[in-house]
Amino acid sequence: MIGTNDAILNVNNLKTHFRTDEGIVKAVDGVTFSLRKGETLGFVGESGCGKSVTNLSLMKLIPSPPGRIVDGEVLFHDRDILKMKENEIRGIRGNKISMIFQDPMTSLNPFLKISTQLVETIILHQKKNETEARKRAIEMLELVGIPAPAKRIDSYPHQFSGGMRQRVMIAMALSCNPEILIADEPTTALDVTIQAQILELIKALSEKLGTATILITHDLGVVAGMCDTLNVMYAGRIIEKSDVSTLFSDPRHPYTRGLIKSVPRLDKKTGQKLYSIKGQPPNMIGMPECCPFHPRCEHTMDICRRSYPAAVVTESGNSVSCWLYHTLPYEGGVK
Amino acid sequence: MNKALLEVKNLKMHFPVEEGLLFKKQVGSIRAIDGISFEIKEGETLGLVGESGCGKSTTARTIAQLYRATAGEIIFNGRNLASLSSTELLAERKNIQMVFQDPYASLNPRMTITEIIAEPLIIFKNRKLMNISRKEISERAEFLMEKVGLSSLFRNRYPHEFSGGQRQRIGIARALALNPKLILADEPVSALDVSIQSQILNLLSDLQSEYNLTYLFIAHDLAVIEYISTRVAVMYLGKIVEVADSRIIYKKPLHPYTEALLSAAPIPDPEIEKKRKRIVLSGDVPSPDRERTGCYFYDRCPRKMEVCKDNIPKLTETDDRHHVACFLYFNP
Repeated sequence: MIGTNDAILNVNNLKTHFRTDEGIVKAVDGVTFSLRKGETLGFVGESGCGKSVTNLSLMKLIPSPPGRIVDGEVLFHDRDILKMKENEIRGIRGNKISMIFQDPMTSLNPFLKISTQLVETIILHQKKNETEARKRAIEMLELVGIPAPAKRIDSYPHQFSGGMRQRVMIAMALSCNPEILIADEPTTALDVTIQAQILELIKALSEKLGTATILITHDLGVVAGMCDTLNVMYAGRIIEKSDVSTLFSDPRHPYTRGLIKSVPRLDKKTGQKLYSIKGQPPNMIGMPECCPFHPRCEHTMDICRRSYPAAVVTESGNSVSCWLYHTLPYEGGVK
Repeated sequence: MNKALLEVKNLKMHFPVEEGLLFKKQVGSIRAIDGISFEIKEGETLGLVGESGCGKSTTARTIAQLYRATAGEIIFNGRNLASLSSTELLAERKNIQMVFQDPYASLNPRMTITEIIAEPLIIFKNRKLMNISRKEISERAEFLMEKVGLSSLFRNRYPHEFSGGQRQRIGIARALALNPKLILADEPVSALDVSIQSQILNLLSDLQSEYNLTYLFIAHDLAVIEYISTRVAVMYLGKIVEVADSRIIYKKPLHPYTEALLSAAPIPDPEIEKKRKRIVLSGDVPSPDRERTGCYFYDRCPRKMEVCKDNIPKLTETDDRHHVACFLYFNP
């Protein structure tokens, strides 16, 4: 399932650290993954686990100081983005790889008309004159379902609702036909009925335009409906990497299992108590070289406290970083 | 059958919209709650669900008398809270406490945990509404900390030293300090991570069975509401459109809005997600700034009829304890 064949993006051993007064925070600590053409890849994990920092690092958008990408490579069509000069990256950012952010209220400039903001992107990247760019912008607004786009294009952001603003963001992100769309919690600030609209839109457009999508979210329900492959992150590392149906039917890492069990579900009526993972996510400062999940894990062994488990490839071709699968051959699940 | 602890009758809360700098003049009003009625029985949990801006939080705040209602009655324990004087109200407040959404904004950063949890007790002691000694107060604060799963060793720490989930526990301990009967929980878990969310939900349901608490539980997450609630009320644009037992409303939703809401909620299972048919509502929630003459859901309803345009459907009992406000099920 996970191969590097026809991958357009290969990330190897990416490490992004932040310097704070209390010590170094290893926000991303050795992340490796690849993205194939047209694939939808999900990143799930709790707040502070490094999913957003990983994806900001891909575009070199880490504020420095305090942040610094200390190691690793990000190969986009076999060229390392991290080694590129700033003006080269600018040709990729917003053009070949673009982003949608969580908060549609703050990611648009409130002083500028939608037209100015959309046309700017298109002129900058697509070598079009203003009339052509404006025509393209109106096309894009129509594509994302803004009613009367030719009129609405001259409105200001505050004249749109939250869901509409997120549509404008999507139009902007897709206006240069990017190969990769990174959506960082695109629906977290929206209501469920609007969330359903936006997810359908992202899915339909990425299929239509052949865009590969990276979807970052904490909502397991959202990834279940949207993604092909999933990376589960915990404390700066990818702890499990799996195709979506295996991840939900046969999760391997104790954290993934706990996470799936602790979500209340509409379709299951158990009347039982909800499972909960004890404790809290770890403090990321000065984390020792051990499995970061061991204080909360139900299967902690001695070795978990001493060193970090390398990723093991399972028989379904997925991978998991847990000592349970190093010592024991897999026998239909750990009880 | 238990008796109703709280009864809300035709409650309205309209906020004035004013214009002018010096001489303000009311030019309109935001109809945050526009005539709702419901009751909560003792020991029950009523889940209030709906999209942002539909009036869920305003409902809780109006019940707690943080806002003075424009019209309607709030009958708690047989007394109408809206007509009480401020001294009478203070005494009654002992029985109604709130837990807030944002565990960062709802705790005073300059107070220690003990001070925060003990504050309601100190207020009631100072107003001579409660006979309790200083020593009893600090014992009670420690007892509550242990009760909500915090070590009493933390008693002299400040809120910034705690994580979001722990802070929410502090907020819950504070709400329990006066031994209330009713807790109004306004999105208590929506700011928390999944693994912490389930800890807090379990804590709330344990406390409910131990102290026979009654909850009004507000959330926008349908699965959370289903897990915690005995009855569920769905709100849209300041109106309640459907109320029923939690088991029934999820199995057999009647109102088109409830149906759409349920079908929009993602389920964490890829096999089910693949097969599901979604009702995707078009458009956004309209602004509540004008009086409506037809059904409040008319603009977005996929099953609208001619009759819905000029008649407002009343919340009507169709089945056993299943109330719905929709002309698909009765005639005007």
